Amino acid sequence: MQQSNSVGTHDLMLRETASQTAGPYVHIGLALDVAGLPERDEEIWNQLAKPEADGEHIEVVGRVIDGNGDLVRDALIEAWQADGQGQYQPAFDLQKPFNSFGRTATTAVGDSEWTLTTIKPGAVTRGDGKTMAPHINLAIFARGVNIQLQTRLYFEDEADANAACPVLNAIESPARRQTLIAKREEVDGKVRYRLDIRLQGEGETVFFDF
Amino acid sequence: MQDDNKRYVERDRNWHPPAYAPGYKTTVARSPNQALVSLQRPSVSELGGPDFRALRMGPHDNDLLLNYREGQDVLPIGERIIMFGRVVDQFGKPVPHTLVEMWQANAGGRYRHKKDAYLAPLDPSFGGVGRCLTDDDGWYRFRTIKPGPYPWPNGINTWRPAHIHVSVMGPSISTRLITQMYFEGDPLIPICPIVQTINDPDAVETMIGRLDMARSRPMDCLAYRFDLVVRGELQTYFENQ
Repeated sequence: MQQSNSVGTHDLMLRETASQTAGPYVHIGLALDVAGLPERDEEIWNQLAKPEADGEHIEVVGRVIDGNGDLVRDALIEAWQADGQGQYQPAFDLQKPFNSFGRTATTAVGDSEWTLTTIKPGAVTRGDGKTMAPHINLAIFARGVNIQLQTRLYFEDEADANAACPVLNAIESPARRQTLIAKREEVDGKVRYRLDIRLQGEGETVFFDF
Repeated sequence: MQDDNKRYVERDRNWHPPAYAPGYKTTVARSPNQALVSLQRPSVSELGGPDFRALRMGPHDNDLLLNYREGQDVLPIGERIIMFGRVVDQFGKPVPHTLVEMWQANAGGRYRHKKDAYLAPLDPSFGGVGRCLTDDDGWYRFRTIKPGPYPWPNGINTWRPAHIHVSVMGPSISTRLITQMYFEGDPLIPICPIVQTINDPDAVETMIGRLDMARSRPMDCLAYRFDLVVRGELQTYFENQ
């Protein structure tokens, strides 16, 4: 080990490697097509659910907006969610109809929306027996973000479950809870949920430490 | 409950860079003003994470000397290096079979990204992306070209040190980490506004790859060792009692 990892106040515990921004060219490494690079045979990308996957098929979209109200066009977002029955499927395998993990990015051109093709997650029960409303964990990486911002996306048509969710209720300000609730749209018969992530200022998204 | 019987050592957010670090100008409008909301009781949603053992990798996914060719049989130009290390948690426990990804500029500091317009040229034989899984004992390795420093619009004359971006998943989305590996002895390190977002010099040391002659190959390539430490995993024995 590097010697410096084993010194400091936590005597017998190593220190975590420090975080750094993913920078403006994160796509080269984690979103090859967005960078303009040829894709490898298998990439980790934004289709969590294939058409044959069980559950309610949805699209999830949004933008990322900075403290000036400008679009963040170089963000990479990672999603982690349960399947339609509220079970996580950790074994990532592109041969399977559904994966709990995916990635998406905002883009340099156009309306700069990130998108996920997935199924609506089921409610997940916590270790203490309390049930959390259906949600997708999101992590935002970008230039100017020194350590990823962790948030959750909830669904506006789950109002009762949201009202009882122990995680939403851990947010002291009821108004701020609303920053995590995606709006439901129907487009060409397909269900789409929309959530803008505001990094700073008015309507600032709630970010979590865990 | 799946994964609900473990915990991770709390992330020390004074060790990591703060969100707002005005010397790195882009952080000024991209840092939350509000406090993070701490989840006193993380759930399976935070304690689980993807396992990539079934991801099908190509034979050269961890070899940047061979994994990008524009139809020609020419090796990339630059310092040939092996970059390797071990992924462990804070208790020193190896993290096997975890995904390590990396990306970087070429020897001249130019990225193969459609947004990079730096005048240093692209290398037709170099893409700049790699990935691999750690082995049974937590080791990973890449073969690549040492990246060059490059200028960026922050101050009037700001240059990044040579660096390789490194992404590691670890066992959970709680251990998920993206960092940068810098090269031992680079005089640009202490004057870089991105490095300097970190307040503790010991934390900066965790990001420096060390020249390792023992792992270098005579008449072939040098080696740099870069160990990664992810949050330590704790078992919870007395939950709800």
